[in-house]
Amino acid sequence: MADLHTNFLGVSSPNPFWLASAPPTDKQYNVERAFEAGWGGVVWKTLGEAGPPVVNVNGPRYGAIWGPDRRLLGLNNIELITDRDLEVNLREIETVKKNWPDRAMIVSLMVPCEEEPWKNILASVEQTGADAVELNFGCPHGMSERGMGSAVGQVPEYIEMVARWCKQHSDLPVIVKLTPNITDIRKPAEAAKRGGADAVSLINTINSIVSVDLDSYSPVPSIDGKGSHGGYCGPAVKPIALSMVSEIARHPETHGMPISGIGGIQTWRDAAEYIALGCGTVQVCTAAMTYGFKIVQEMIAGLEAWMDEKGHATIEDFRGMAVPNVTDWQYLNLNYVTKARINQDLCISCGRCHIACEDTSHQAITNMVDGVRKFEVIDEECVGCNLCVNVCPVDDCITMEQISGTDPRTGKPIDPDYGNWTEHPNNPSVQREAAE
Amino acid sequence: MAPNRVSPDIQAGRLPADQYADNFDDLHEPLDRHEAVVEADRCYFCYDAPCQTACPTSIDIPMFIRQISTGNANGAARTIFDQNILGGMCARVCPTETLCEEVCVREVAEGKPVKIGLLQRYATDHFLETAEQHPYERAAPTGKSVAIVGAGPAGLSCAHALARHGHDVTIFEAREKAGGLNEHGIAAYKTTENFAQREVDFITGIGGIAIRNGMALGRDVTLDDLVAGHDAVFLGMGLPGVNDLGLEGDDADNCIDAVAYIEKLRQTDDLSALPVGRNIVVIGGGMTAIDVAVQTKLLGAETVTICYRRGPEQMNASQYEQEVAQTHGVTIRHWLQPQALVRNDDGAVTGITLEYTAMNGKLSGTGETVTLDADQVFKAIGQKPVEGLFGGVSLDLSGGRIFTDDDRRTSHDKVWAGGDCIAGGEDLTVVAVEDGKIAAASIHKRLTG
Ligand SMILES: Cc1cc2nc3c(=O)[nH]c(=O)nc-3n(C[C@H](O)[C@H](O)[C@H](O)COP(=O)(O)OP(=O)(O)OC[C@H]3O[C@@H](n4cnc5c(N)ncnc54)[C@H](O)[C@@H]3O)c2cc1C
Ligand SMILES: Cc1cc2nc3c(=O)[nH]c(=O)nc-3n(C[C@H](O)[C@H](O)[C@H](O)COP(=O)(O)O)c2cc1C
Ligand code: SF4
Ligand code: SF4
Ligand code: SF4
Repeated sequence: MADLHTNFLGVSSPNPFWLASAPPTDKQYNVERAFEAGWGGVVWKTLGEAGPPVVNVNGPRYGAIWGPDRRLLGLNNIELITDRDLEVNLREIETVKKNWPDRAMIVSLMVPCEEEPWKNILASVEQTGADAVELNFGCPHGMSERGMGSAVGQVPEYIEMVARWCKQHSDLPVIVKLTPNITDIRKPAEAAKRGGADAVSLINTINSIVSVDLDSYSPVPSIDGKGSHGGYCGPAVKPIALSMVSEIARHPETHGMPISGIGGIQTWRDAAEYIALGCGTVQVCTAAMTYGFKIVQEMIAGLEAWMDEKGHATIEDFRGMAVPNVTDWQYLNLNYVTKARINQDLCISCGRCHIACEDTSHQAITNMVDGVRKFEVIDEECVGCNLCVNVCPVDDCITMEQISGTDPRTGKPIDPDYGNWTEHPNNPSVQREAAE
Repeated sequence: MAPNRVSPDIQAGRLPADQYADNFDDLHEPLDRHEAVVEADRCYFCYDAPCQTACPTSIDIPMFIRQISTGNANGAARTIFDQNILGGMCARVCPTETLCEEVCVREVAEGKPVKIGLLQRYATDHFLETAEQHPYERAAPTGKSVAIVGAGPAGLSCAHALARHGHDVTIFEAREKAGGLNEHGIAAYKTTENFAQREVDFITGIGGIAIRNGMALGRDVTLDDLVAGHDAVFLGMGLPGVNDLGLEGDDADNCIDAVAYIEKLRQTDDLSALPVGRNIVVIGGGMTAIDVAVQTKLLGAETVTICYRRGPEQMNASQYEQEVAQTHGVTIRHWLQPQALVRNDDGAVTGITLEYTAMNGKLSGTGETVTLDADQVFKAIGQKPVEGLFGGVSLDLSGGRIFTDDDRRTSHDKVWAGGDCIAGGEDLTVVAVEDGKIAAASIHKRLTG
């Protein structure tokens, strides 16, 4: 049986599934329930400075978008860091770590961008017996207006500076949590590394207005007729997060830096994808907030089963396996020619592939053959774009098949060897070279 | 021989008073908003959707379902009414299992079609409950007038389309109430809460439609007068006649025309006052047979047996309708044809003798018989046209029904016809609606072209 045990920065946990810093990890009661359910670790809800805690809005703090059957696809929030007393949080962290020594206890922190406050809070956290700290440079709302959260995360120099303070004033491993609200995610990751951080975690939430109330003309969630942008998370953000993780994993400056992957993880499969892109642990928030803590059991069982099937004994066995396969567009093989194939036994004749290809692509799928409703690919027109596969409601009904020989669309022979844009005759720079 | 004084057991009020309302409540509960949205999400918005092709009125089903899912139920109703102004009734009475839902791709894929009928009901009910105005405006008056015979689905559909085009419509209706079989024939549990009349009010809400009740063609008005007095005439009088069993004594009081009995049931305001037999035999295999069987059972009959002379596949009632009957406790017996009525000395029927049948090239009796007790025998072996209605006007017939071309025009160039009274097509509400719609388009073209 596969071993899910993880060692991340020397912090061990029975599985790679951690709860991200958020409401599920805001207090002892929740965290102990999470551990009972099987979560491998938690990143405690972000702590702020000692003194009067922040206050949250008293109206709604979430908004969402849904798919069919009102499945939650994306969640938006305008919640701030913990609004409970620092002392209470620290006491509870200590108790929980004592009660659950085998689970990872990471403490998320956000204090003003000055050395003293960081030094102070690190000292307090160390006394709790927590395993590591995560620096929240990601919160895109509220705290950022006060010069914290993403306001720090968007300035690489600040990240470097704070990371350095943390390493100076504490022996705890330091994880820097990155904001995706930035153009090039590699820059803050590099800064974290320069500052001496041990790892990065990403992504925090994305700036978002999830919808506009068409009666009050206010963003949702609406607080007395006004709204503010919030942070977006849930399944909808996974593709964005995966891309950012891959950027850091393959960037020469940051390659090999430990990553804790976050964003839209709902199932073991999502988690495995993050790990394949190099993450040592994964963090989950929205899925737990949607379905409760029990989902971790599906994640554990599913990941084990898949690893057994693949013959991966440990997480390390497949971690990062997808990283070498992330490349730039210009290196993609232009001689890889595919055509859509419709499995007529599975086809239920909904006609979606036809109308999608007909109206918006390449007119390559029939809707009538000899006067009968039938959906067939016309190889002479199919560019192999995959749109039909994505709109077909039946799983695996349309697949893409690689062809060789002559491409019926172009009438030209397909080069069996790899060939990319950098050497393609249509590439202006290739033409220029040829001319010289 | 000893005198036969066995008298049939026919009584009103067989059930506790409070059970009637329950028994005759909606056969299918309407969907609430949540259920409608969940169901609407199942629709794939098919291209050239098979369900739409299967709908006799070509309702844009994927579009109206999408409108429900985006929270625009009244817009969905508009989409439905655009093709079928009786979309509310059709949502209740269409045998969707043999029409749109039979070919829904999710029926093909999973054996579970999108519940198109119930979604259609959701949208149209929502409209009728919330909309403040009729959805259409009449075009400027054309000064043309059209006479319509019969205020059933065919006549109403035709009337609405013509009124919308600005023509003035007068409907001559023999009965005291409009609606045709929607009001008098459809099973009570399919159209509860006086829906047929509410729908008539909705349709006539467009204006320009006058309904003259108690005016029967052939009795109170002649076709010659209508042709002379109007720019066009549409005939939609259904099939008011019924076929007889052709057995001695079948005119007995308790050997009953099923359609007439259902009409009585539909029109009574006190179901507990309606007499019903203890043991009932229904002869026939169509929707009428099913409906009378189920409804007499719901009135408290102890046994109800449908006898049909062929097998289950040949029944006009769909498999689904047969199951509805069976789940209500009706017994369906196949391969039995009526041979003789058992009567007492007063001529009242007390039973019926049936002969077994078989297919030997053609259907024939085997000689073996069975006799069933019956306090009432219902005749549900089909309806037929009433003859001699057209006076001096001659119309081509086909199999006794009016012959029409694809535009529903009869052999007389000022007369169109549709619904059950014409030859060809299934006898269904939705087909009658389509006939009326097609005829209206043709009449409009003729009057304005
Ligand atoms: C018992 C029963 C149950 C049925 N159940 C269903 C069902 O569940 N689903 C379904 O789709 N279909 C069902 N049908 C069939 C459906 O009701 C008919 O196909 C449909 O009503 C035909 O419409 P129509 O307008 O042609 O005729 P009708 O509905 O019969 O309307 C004809 C109108 O013309 C009037 N009329 C008749 N003669 C004259 C005259 N001489 N002068 C003036 N007016 C006249 C009548 O009073 C009536 O109002 C059922 C039929 C019956 C009998
Ligand atoms: C209500 C809410 C509050 C959050 N608060 C914090 C926080 O205090 N600190 C933090 O680092 N991230 C916070 N996050 C971000 C999550 O930790 C996580 O990065 C993000 O939700 C993406 O993961 P997911 O798609 O699994 O939800 C919050 C998210 C939500 C939904
Ligand atoms: S792969 Fe693209 S071009 Fe080919 S049939 Fe599908 S949608 Fe059309
Ligand atoms: S989208 Fe899929 S199921 Fe629908 S017609 Fe095309 S191949 Fe068939
Ligand atoms: S066939 Fe079914 S899934 Fe397709 S449009 Fe019609 S109702 Fe929707």
